[in-house]
Amino acid sequence: MDRRTVLKLAWGGAAGLLVPSAMTTRAHAYAVPTMASARFLLVFLRGGYDAANVVIPAGSAFYFESRPTLAIARPDPSNPQAALSLGTASGSGGWALHPALHDSIYPLWQQGQVAFVPFAGTNDLSRSHFETQDSVEAGASGDRQRSYGSGFMNRLARRMGGAAAPVAFTDGLPVVMTGDLVIPNVSLKGTARTPFDARQTSLLASLYTGTRFEPLVNEGFELRQTVADEAAAMASGNANAEMQAANRNAISARGFEVEARRMAGLMRDRFNLGFIDVGGWDTHVNEGGAQGQLSALLGNLGQGLSGFAQQMGPLWKDTVVVVISEFGRTFRENGTRGTDHGHGTAYWVLGGSVRGGRIAGDQVAVEPRTLNQNRDWPVLTEYRALLAGLFARMYGLDRAALDEVFPGAAGVDLGLL
Amino acid sequence: MERRLEAPRFAMKVAPLGQAATLAVLIACVGVVAHADKHPAPRSGDAHAITANDLRWLDRVTFGIDTQVVARYRAIGRARFLDEQLHPPPGDAENLSADLAVILTTRQTASALLKAAREEQQRINTLPEDQKQAARMAANQAATAALYDASKRHLVRALYSPTQLREQMTWFWMNHFSVYSGKANIRWSIAEYEDRAIRPHALGRFRDLVMATVVSPAMLEYLDNAQSAAGKINENYARELMELHTLGVSGGASGSRYSQQDVQELARVLTGVGLNLTDNTPRLPPPKQALYVRDGVFEFNPGRHDGEAKTILGHTIAPAGMSEVEEAVTLLCRQPATARFISRKLATYFVSDDPTPPLIDAMVAAFRSSDGDIPSVLKVMFQSAEFGAALARSDKAPARLKDPMQFVASSLRLAYDDKHIINYRPVVNWLSQLGEPLYGRVTPDGYPLTEPAWASSGQMVRRFEIARAIGSGNAGLFNDDDGHPGPRTGFPMLTNRLYYDAIDPALSARTREVLSQTSSQQEWNTVLLSSPDWMLR
Repeated sequence: MDRRTVLKLAWGGAAGLLVPSAMTTRAHAYAVPTMASARFLLVFLRGGYDAANVVIPAGSAFYFESRPTLAIARPDPSNPQAALSLGTASGSGGWALHPALHDSIYPLWQQGQVAFVPFAGTNDLSRSHFETQDSVEAGASGDRQRSYGSGFMNRLARRMGGAAAPVAFTDGLPVVMTGDLVIPNVSLKGTARTPFDARQTSLLASLYTGTRFEPLVNEGFELRQTVADEAAAMASGNANAEMQAANRNAISARGFEVEARRMAGLMRDRFNLGFIDVGGWDTHVNEGGAQGQLSALLGNLGQGLSGFAQQMGPLWKDTVVVVISEFGRTFRENGTRGTDHGHGTAYWVLGGSVRGGRIAGDQVAVEPRTLNQNRDWPVLTEYRALLAGLFARMYGLDRAALDEVFPGAAGVDLGLL
Repeated sequence: MERRLEAPRFAMKVAPLGQAATLAVLIACVGVVAHADKHPAPRSGDAHAITANDLRWLDRVTFGIDTQVVARYRAIGRARFLDEQLHPPPGDAENLSADLAVILTTRQTASALLKAAREEQQRINTLPEDQKQAARMAANQAATAALYDASKRHLVRALYSPTQLREQMTWFWMNHFSVYSGKANIRWSIAEYEDRAIRPHALGRFRDLVMATVVSPAMLEYLDNAQSAAGKINENYARELMELHTLGVSGGASGSRYSQQDVQELARVLTGVGLNLTDNTPRLPPPKQALYVRDGVFEFNPGRHDGEAKTILGHTIAPAGMSEVEEAVTLLCRQPATARFISRKLATYFVSDDPTPPLIDAMVAAFRSSDGDIPSVLKVMFQSAEFGAALARSDKAPARLKDPMQFVASSLRLAYDDKHIINYRPVVNWLSQLGEPLYGRVTPDGYPLTEPAWASSGQMVRRFEIARAIGSGNAGLFNDDDGHPGPRTGFPMLTNRLYYDAIDPALSARTREVLSQTSSQQEWNTVLLSSPDWMLR
């Protein structure tokens, strides 16, 4: 039995499913440590990425009619500009992937480590970035359930108790991580070099020796130093990899990939609940097709996520990454070769033990009559239900626990783990 | 980003105790302007010095000491200083006029700005598709600039106004009646919200303060009351008005007790209280016409108002249009629970994370006997034994971590004193990085006021980095607003007279020891601003 099977059983066992008796002991052995060994990373694409040009309903003639300049060509192995076949049937034909993800996410798909969930999102119809992002991060139900000052990952961490080691890889603490539990945040952007040398660090730390802030200050400095070390190690270790990436004509092996690899180092060694956001997806104008604005962003994102997977090493099997965005965009392109704020989007679920290589969740044929308000994708899988389902599997949270994380949400198990 | 700390190394260690003449020479050599030309620093124990207790007192009554505050305090003493702070003259002090004059939003009403924003949105909708996006971006940038103006003005006053308690109370009430600038068109109305609804009443009567927020465009938009009408009720604002603004949560520490029915009844009272961004007046039958109220974009529209009687907390409110709102607000503000809720929150901000019942009781008594006169309540609090104990510092009443606004404001006041900064963008960013951006609280509950909300690992280290940015003088605070470098200013001299008068005498042995190990003035500045002596208040 390989590690992957054990992990699945552990997750299954934790969720209260039947565990074959021969494996009970091992599964149990994993059932408790699972909570600590499991890694969860939430990647938030801020700005509302154009899901329909990434997880592409290539079998829909309506897709090509709706996007005269943006549509990606039907899968064709001889055409590098064509979409990549995802080899599954949707109502009106196959799904396909944006070609910018050819070297990064597509291999993971082929290994069965990525699932896409189209028609996912929130019940918020405001189409406002702020309101929708905030409501997603709060994890509150659409009927304005009160959850002031707390985000769902803070509540998850609190619910996990001592097993949780949460962190936000952001400049400020994002809404999703705010709440009762004090969660550290550290930005991985830039050089990550701390402005203080060892002598200055020790001077500053010594100011707090013996005070109630001593552990915080030490942890803060240590975290900053860990980040700086990871960055330095990667900068020297990846010189070759970067050259190779350049040879493949990758759009950017820098930027997000550097950040993502540092993130993996930290999630491998000391954190098990992470959050990061990636901006720039609000493509109202000149979005581009196989090449261009969105393509560049995707290339960067894909390189980052595959770099993250690689850097996690053996722990990738215990890791689940979910990529979300506040909403999708209008299904028809607008008058400025872009798309406007829409509704349903597509979530990505990645991980070494994810039952991937498939399109998960409820689906409809993409046609004018199935659009929400004749404008954008409907939401058939609500984000809270999806995440609650995942958390139930990963952490063995029961209904009452899930209700603390996502008040009033009923988890749905899409069989992703 | 900034690695200049090593650059102009001092030939010798900068001694924090005296040696002012040597320092002055050194400073001249390095070409630093700062305060080198000022009065030589006196030794501690000198007639200019204030006591540790004075310093701690000033640290709470103000956003932190500067030369102006210390001089005034020394001239008139604690009791008169407090009275001055509790009863400041209206309007801005003379020393702010140059900074404030250049800020656009101080010259235009929210009504005009909101109308213009709406007209621009309508114009954009008529544009050909290929021009819409650029126009939208321009409109968005204009709104963001208006928000920056509001932030800048808030900071100018917090940093340089002599009426420091009013500025702290303005921040406090902006937080209590929190409005999120990211929603709808609030970036255009937030400056006036602060200016008309909050600041004039920050040291006034609580009931007037509440009423001013009720009729403010920012609040009406933020909590959706502008959309609430008879038969189409939106309870959002009514609930927060009770739970967050006056009574406290039902069944909570304030002792309040109200039902969903009370919330619904208040929501009915509030129907028709909204906004009208047009120049049109709704057509109404004569009896309702008499009840119509209009002030700028604020509108009470009797046509949208529920005209039946309501019952709130057992009191019947007879149909009377906008007067019902006045009556309901007065009713809420006179509830004992409101006095308790507000008193506790004030004491949490100024005294301790967990103020004791005797202090709250005394403040509640002052609140009720003065009908919610805020200075009366504050005076009782500042003169209480518990406040005195907090200044005396003990295991039972330890100093608390400043919140981000207090940390950033006090540090800038000490470092640059009366040398007004020009570019406030770094300050706005620091507050964001520390998790307390101005006008940036998404939810209506405001930022938390207790220490655990801010005592985190990322926060501490980030503060050290900000202390370094301030202490090494290369944060760009004196650049033009458009980012162009201003005149070279060098780094601040924190070993100045203010330091020797006020901080040095109270400095802990440990901090003194660490300061003595620093190897440049910039490093010395960074350590002082990072020290517990400075980080706590």
